[in-house]
Amino acid sequence: MLGKALGQPAHHPLSRPRSLWSAFHIDPILLGLLLLLIGGGLVVLYSGADRNIEVVKAQGIRMAVALVVMTVFAQLDPAVFRRWAPWLYLAGVAALVAVLLVGVGAKGAQRWLAIPGLPRFQPSELMKLVVPMMTAWYLSRHFLPPRLSRVAVALAIVLVPMAMIVMQPDLGTSLLVGAAGLFVVFFGGMSWRLIGAFVAMVSVAAPLMWFFVMRDYQKQRVLTLLDPQSDPLGAGWNIIQSKTAIGSGGVDGKGWLQGTQSHLEFLPESHTDFIVAVLAEEFGFVGILALLTLYLLIILRCLYISATAQDSFSRLLAGALTMTFFIYIFVNVGMVSGLLPVVGVPLPLISYGGTSGVTLMAAFGVLMSIHTHRRMISA
Amino acid sequence: MPWGEFKDVAAERRLFQRRTTVMLGFVLFMLAILVARMYQLQIVEHDIYTTLSDKNRVQVQSVAPPRGLVYDRNEELLAENRPVFGVTLVPERVDGMENTLGKLSSILSISEEDMERFQRRLREPRRPFQPLPLRYDLNEQEIASLAVHRHELPGVEVSAELVRYYPHSELTAHALGFVGRINRDELQRIDPVNYAGTNYIGKSGIERFYEALLHGQVGYQHVETNARGRTLRVLERQNPVPGEDIQLHLDLRLQRLAHELLDGRRGAIVAVEPDTGGLLALASVPGFDANQFVTGISVDNYRALSEDLDKPLFNRALRGQYPPGSTLKPMLAVAALDSGATTRDRTIWDPGYFQLQSGGRRYRDWKRSGHGWVDLTDAVAESCDIYFYEIAVEMGVDTMYEYLAQFGFGEDATLDVSGALSGLLPSRDWKRAVRNEPWYPGDSVNMGIGQGFMLATPLQLATATALIANRGRWVEPRLLRDIKGDRSADEFLPPPDHDPLILKNPDDWEFVVDSMAEVMHGTKGTARGAARGAPYRMAGKTGTAQVFSLAEDEEYEEEEVRERLRDHALFVGFAPIDDPQIAVAIIVENGGSGSGTAAPVGRALFDAWLLGFPDESKAPVTGAATEGAR
Repeated sequence: MLGKALGQPAHHPLSRPRSLWSAFHIDPILLGLLLLLIGGGLVVLYSGADRNIEVVKAQGIRMAVALVVMTVFAQLDPAVFRRWAPWLYLAGVAALVAVLLVGVGAKGAQRWLAIPGLPRFQPSELMKLVVPMMTAWYLSRHFLPPRLSRVAVALAIVLVPMAMIVMQPDLGTSLLVGAAGLFVVFFGGMSWRLIGAFVAMVSVAAPLMWFFVMRDYQKQRVLTLLDPQSDPLGAGWNIIQSKTAIGSGGVDGKGWLQGTQSHLEFLPESHTDFIVAVLAEEFGFVGILALLTLYLLIILRCLYISATAQDSFSRLLAGALTMTFFIYIFVNVGMVSGLLPVVGVPLPLISYGGTSGVTLMAAFGVLMSIHTHRRMISA
Repeated sequence: MPWGEFKDVAAERRLFQRRTTVMLGFVLFMLAILVARMYQLQIVEHDIYTTLSDKNRVQVQSVAPPRGLVYDRNEELLAENRPVFGVTLVPERVDGMENTLGKLSSILSISEEDMERFQRRLREPRRPFQPLPLRYDLNEQEIASLAVHRHELPGVEVSAELVRYYPHSELTAHALGFVGRINRDELQRIDPVNYAGTNYIGKSGIERFYEALLHGQVGYQHVETNARGRTLRVLERQNPVPGEDIQLHLDLRLQRLAHELLDGRRGAIVAVEPDTGGLLALASVPGFDANQFVTGISVDNYRALSEDLDKPLFNRALRGQYPPGSTLKPMLAVAALDSGATTRDRTIWDPGYFQLQSGGRRYRDWKRSGHGWVDLTDAVAESCDIYFYEIAVEMGVDTMYEYLAQFGFGEDATLDVSGALSGLLPSRDWKRAVRNEPWYPGDSVNMGIGQGFMLATPLQLATATALIANRGRWVEPRLLRDIKGDRSADEFLPPPDHDPLILKNPDDWEFVVDSMAEVMHGTKGTARGAARGAPYRMAGKTGTAQVFSLAEDEEYEEEEVRERLRDHALFVGFAPIDDPQIAVAIIVENGGSGSGTAAPVGRALFDAWLLGFPDESKAPVTGAATEGAR
């Protein structure tokens, strides 16, 4: 179904280039789409960073590193991920514990782990890959769809690290980690009845979260979403300004580097989390459609890869990583356009900084690995 | 299979593909939501957000008009505007007030007082987003170091504003008044649009009276600003209409001379041009530096000024209410002649005292031995108290009130001199209302020599003297002479509202003027010493006002009385007699006698005005007030 749209026939005798790409375990279609996205992202970033070429250079270098990481991940056989999943998971949970105990803080949150001799890193970022791997490993050991008890264990595998990341506190990342794990359970075939029960449980848990888990600044973000005008110079500022930027862009935008909202410093975080507002202001609705179309093409390609994967572990992992990528997009664009509360989720592969770019490209490396390491015995 | 259990590979694949289809639907649905949201913001509500965006980026700033300049009659600049650089903070944009103030203190020297004033203004209700001044008068080095640190200090701006400056401040503080920062009460009163960019308003004097004229019309500029309110460029500008430059009747040279003549003493000099009523000099000594009030005087300096025994802040010329003493006699002479209480030829025997009934209280003459037989001319020239006791009783309070009111006593007759007091012209009704007592004949006796309840300001005395100089033609005292633009001063001066004082026999004016000339030029005139050798003829009257009253027959030695209890010395006069160019009223507080202290001051003023000012290079005419004949 998807193959007719985007994929190529798995074995085409005349496609010599494919075998060359195949030798490097790279999916050229996905790579092309990603490069298009990254390149376009750098163009928008130049404007969002107010023509600061240093920012663009730094991002370019980061993306180059991310491409290398992707290529490295693509070389590894999916079986390697499957073998290593439990150990990586245990190590990741241990690192999260360490973060809570001896982590390095910034802006009131402990997210970093500084191990002497290693660069500082965020264990929670790694968990975006490790949690779906572990969940997929666990579920794919048994027949699918999973029994209730296995669903419970799988949920525990997801929720434990998620809870620890919430405690850092880092709501945005925990959301993405949780989503990644839950998508595995969903793809694994968790029954619709259970899903319904789960949704019901979450809606009961939400008020409890409000009172017992959420920090004041997180509550403030939700309140601000409901009524940004209540605090126009404080918490509501971001939302008002980003909506103004987007809305004033109109159909075809104000033109590249012509966005007054971002260039006159009204738009906060214009080169990081709120960069989509810069795009919307300068390239208008047309630009937004182009961006979302590009994202959709990437997702379609990834879903095709997932659907054509050879074993359950690969399918579950690939599907979950794809959907996590989509969650990034939806949460970020949703929050910048005032649909969702402001949580620190970057626009994937376009927002400046953070380690999320590297993690995302690693995920695409995993997808390429799944797509290119095919066994001949497969039917 | 590596996994222990049996797995239906095909079923699992089908399951996964079903789920993937669901997820694809989910993705498309959610993307549709995002697209719909963007459509709503960018297409449906585009106009709203375009307006918001423009409002964001384009701000309308008011541009304060430069305040009109003030010149004296010789085009000498009395009030100008100087650019002053200061630091202002917009509290709404400051990122951490404590921190910012701390950083600023390390860059600039900010006195505790500046800081205290700033904190006070911060707490007071104020217009939001209005810059609050922290410090004024930055020097170039401070401006430079602020520029270096500017990026660390959002909400902090170096502002240049034109601030009022009085180059001859000590001399003109009482005549011009001064401007100061707009306070909360004034904020309620002013037009918020026209004063949108203005920080200063006339607080007193001319600055207050002609505020509307001097202020001008506010201008606007549309500026593009960033989120921190920093102006990036001006898009459109409508220039302000500067305030009108005005010219006063005041003559700075005469004003300076007046201050020099009273130097080291306390007192006031008012000089009027009889033809126009223009105030040539309006001096209250000691003066003060009005410039320190403009940007806000420090608490210590203000305390020093307000607690000074010499009361430099007190405008004696307009608000000093003194018993006029014998300087009231020419006006009373006019009243007595016109009302028929006396005639030109009537003589009275002056034994040195006056009694209402024989054996009653003795009202003494200043000359213990008495003046002998005196007529009205002698009574004015020699300042005979007995004659005026007599005619005061004959006129009675009602007649005296009627005439003195026509001389402008008991009212503020000025056109544009703000803050002038009206003194006290007593009447029967007044005494009944205030003292709850009837008017006694003894009250009339005291009033006959300008003592008792009667109080007048130096400005009122000068006005009344000008009326005599004008032979009854009223000229209300005024400061505004001309407006530099094409508008006329009459447009802004309140209309004169006094009828001329017409006597039954107009010759009586000449008679009284002649008797005043006798004061100066007569062989027995009290001020003959002051007028000696003058190449023109002048009219005058000396006066001595008691600071505290003496009991009947009580003697006092001047030397024994502490300096501040000595009599006030007064003089009124005009010159030349036939074509009066200047009329003056002088009071030297605790100066002793009018003839010895005040009259020579009058002579010096007349000389300067009629014969030319003493050369600037020569020694100033100080000390004239202490010399002179007794």
